[in-house]
Amino acid sequence: MILGRVVGDITATIRHPFYGAKKLLVVERTAPDGAPLPDYLIAVDTVGAGPGERVLVLDEGNGARQVLAAPDAPVRSVIVGILDAVETEG
Amino acid sequence: MQLARVAGTVVASRKEESLEGLKLLLVRQLDTEGREAGGFLVAADAVGAGPGEVVLVAAGSSARQTRATQNRPVDAVVMAIVDTWEIAGETKYTK
Amino acid sequence: MLLGRVIGTVVATVAYDGLAGVPFLFVQPLDKRGAPQGAPLVAADATRMAGPGELVAFEGGREAALALEPWFVPVDHTIVGIVDRHDRYDEEATP
Repeated sequence: MILGRVVGDITATIRHPFYGAKKLLVVERTAPDGAPLPDYLIAVDTVGAGPGERVLVLDEGNGARQVLAAPDAPVRSVIVGILDAVETEG
Repeated sequence: MQLARVAGTVVASRKEESLEGLKLLLVRQLDTEGREAGGFLVAADAVGAGPGEVVLVAAGSSARQTRATQNRPVDAVVMAIVDTWEIAGETKYTK
Repeated sequence: MLLGRVIGTVVATVAYDGLAGVPFLFVQPLDKRGAPQGAPLVAADATRMAGPGELVAFEGGREAALALEPWFVPVDHTIVGIVDRHDRYDEEATP
């Protein structure tokens, strides 16, 4: 799983039926201290994450399909948690 | 997928058993202008492509999603032969 | 998924079974600010409605093939949505 921050959202009227009414958020990757990294991804929100919140993202298809209970869905990235804190040694 | 030109074939008589009977092609990646850019790649052939042809190559675990490559140790497959392509309305290649 | 801009089209009459009629488009991947990032790639269009100039969301890896019917096809990038609006909470909306 990776750490990120919700920086935006996506509206796509024409989309694969699996995505239906699912909320798609743009998540910027962050370092453990919350500093932004260059990478980003678009992920399905399952936890009700809001703008600016730090989140935990599962970026692996088999796990994502399991979380969404959709074995054949074309999905890989899912927001699975909202971060309260990340603690690092030292 | 990536654009590539078939540069040759690869023959290996000693190989992992499950690769038996698979046709392997040597392909060279092309950029959007059709120039040889990037490196060479060995890809399984799922469409019967021949030397010199411009093809599409799919990589990663997707490459194992053909009858020829299913459950085989393959990470790239030639899955289409390109007739033509266009960038910003301009034809860059025609077979 | 990532954001991309459709920059061109690819025509391939010979393609792996199951890919007949699936459009292939050139997509320029974009970074989180909407600027081009990395080399263009060829993606299958699962919406069958995307065209040059449009902002799209595409998936990579084996998941890409799952957007197509049949899904057992060698495809590593697929357009799964046409983006009408992309809001960044700290900036003006695009496009």
